[in-house]
Amino acid sequence: MRVHLKIWRQKNARTEGAFAEYDLDNVSHEMSFLEMLDVLNEQLISGGQEPVAFDSDCREGICGMCGVMINGEAHGPQRGTATCQLHMRKFSDGAHITVEPWRSRSFPVNKDLSVDRSALDRIIEAGGYITAPTGSAPEANLIPVPKEVSDAAFDAAACIGCGACVAACPNGAANLFTAAKIAHLNLLPQGQPERWSRVVRMVETMEDHFGSCTNYGECQAACPKEISIDYIAYMNRDFVKAQLKNRRLIAQRG
Amino acid sequence: MTSATSTPVRTRRNLPWPIAFYQTAVGKKWVMAVTGIILLGFVLVHMVGNLKMYLGETDLNKYGVALREIGGDLVPHTSILWAVRSLLILAFVLHIHAAATLTAMNRKARPVGYKGGRHYVAANYAARTMRMTGVIVLLYLLFHLMDLTWGNANPNFVHGEPYHNVVESFSRAPVAVVYIIANILLGIHIYHGAWSMFQSLGWNNPRINAARRWFATAFAALIVIGNVSMPIAVLAGVVS
Ligand code: HEM
Ligand code: FES
Repeated sequence: MRVHLKIWRQKNARTEGAFAEYDLDNVSHEMSFLEMLDVLNEQLISGGQEPVAFDSDCREGICGMCGVMINGEAHGPQRGTATCQLHMRKFSDGAHITVEPWRSRSFPVNKDLSVDRSALDRIIEAGGYITAPTGSAPEANLIPVPKEVSDAAFDAAACIGCGACVAACPNGAANLFTAAKIAHLNLLPQGQPERWSRVVRMVETMEDHFGSCTNYGECQAACPKEISIDYIAYMNRDFVKAQLKNRRLIAQRG
Repeated sequence: MTSATSTPVRTRRNLPWPIAFYQTAVGKKWVMAVTGIILLGFVLVHMVGNLKMYLGETDLNKYGVALREIGGDLVPHTSILWAVRSLLILAFVLHIHAAATLTAMNRKARPVGYKGGRHYVAANYAARTMRMTGVIVLLYLLFHLMDLTWGNANPNFVHGEPYHNVVESFSRAPVAVVYIIANILLGIHIYHGAWSMFQSLGWNNPRINAARRWFATAFAALIVIGNVSMPIAVLAGVVS
């Protein structure tokens, strides 16, 4: 099959970028989207041109590196998958495909389609951990967890931190990412000691970098792990409760 | 790497507790939801009260007097009315302030938009037009006060005769059309708002999520049908 590509080219965060157009012939419909970009890059390199920079690592939907905007949709038109899991059979012969990097004030463009998502790390650093004693791993069944709770925590923990929620959100908000990272710890017994400080610190750090939620639901539709916006409501609830809990905890400290 | 690691968009200040809560976007959305509930309550009661128009002139005019006399002889005249009005004004101010500041925050979060366009898959029309419908509802509210409370936009206004004023107002076709359009836009605002507020408050449970959509749709429909019926009834000569 043939495709007509319109790809964002940008040298670095400080320079202006622009779309460049490429025609690619011999694309197999069995190629993944990234393999198609690999073919383009081989063609560019053999023509003495600079290849298109894009991120990828696992190429099986678990590392979260590969996100790009494809025809105005984060990770492209297929629901519940990352760009690396999207196949060219999703496109028709002769398709026009526009590829653009994630757009956010806090995701500066490294080069072409690659963006710096380390603002998400700042959110994790603010509270995405538990206090655990070092030493050998504790016996796994020592702390009983109801099945429903562990399932809900696991669904949240499926977040691969790709940034598609931010990219897809008309407000550039990172609420789905942050909510998932909070929920997978706040739901479990191991996460309880820091529960109320975690939600406040992670929400505040999130808001230092990203926009705010207006419940559009675009994030949930773009998420390659199909994480539900129910977790955002759960985060909001814990954030409001924390306003009182934290004060009570401080009072107990005297 | 040419990594230009992002610096925070916002700088945090250390402020006393309730203000610190309102400084956060999650806190602002909570306030928007609480004030939204107050406004929904107002819109509903206001509509139900005005439907007295269909019972005739005496009923509607008596209702207007009764509003001023809530509390009877226990409290000074119109004091309860003014307490409710103050609450509503406060709710409007907070609702609009939060909307404006959050919009500014969101604009900053994406200074460079998608040059290749966006394809929305989830955000519905109501959600994407909240700011527009909100501002139009505010402008309409001011006009509505000038028309039927203060009377300066209604040439035949008579103080203390709401029935006469409503009929005079709606008999002007362009004014009736303004009322109809504005209430449809209010309904669109409510269609998203009355669903979204549960999310902002964290009143979410997978088991009630379908009911939230149903509730918001029914609420919006009720308000639109009730409010739009009145100018239509006057224009059609059913009420005169
Ligand atoms: C009687 C009139 C109004 C009612 C009943 C109403 C109701 C609501 C409700 C229930 C919400 C949802 C809050 C949430 O998601 O937490 C909302 C959101 C909103 N309202 Fe209003 N509102 C009214 C007037 C206004 C006005 C005058 C403005 C602006 C000038 C406005 C602007 C907004 C905006 C921008 C949102 C945010 C949407 C979002 O973040 O999802 N509203 N409104
Ligand atoms: S490359 Fe790892 S998720 Fe796509």
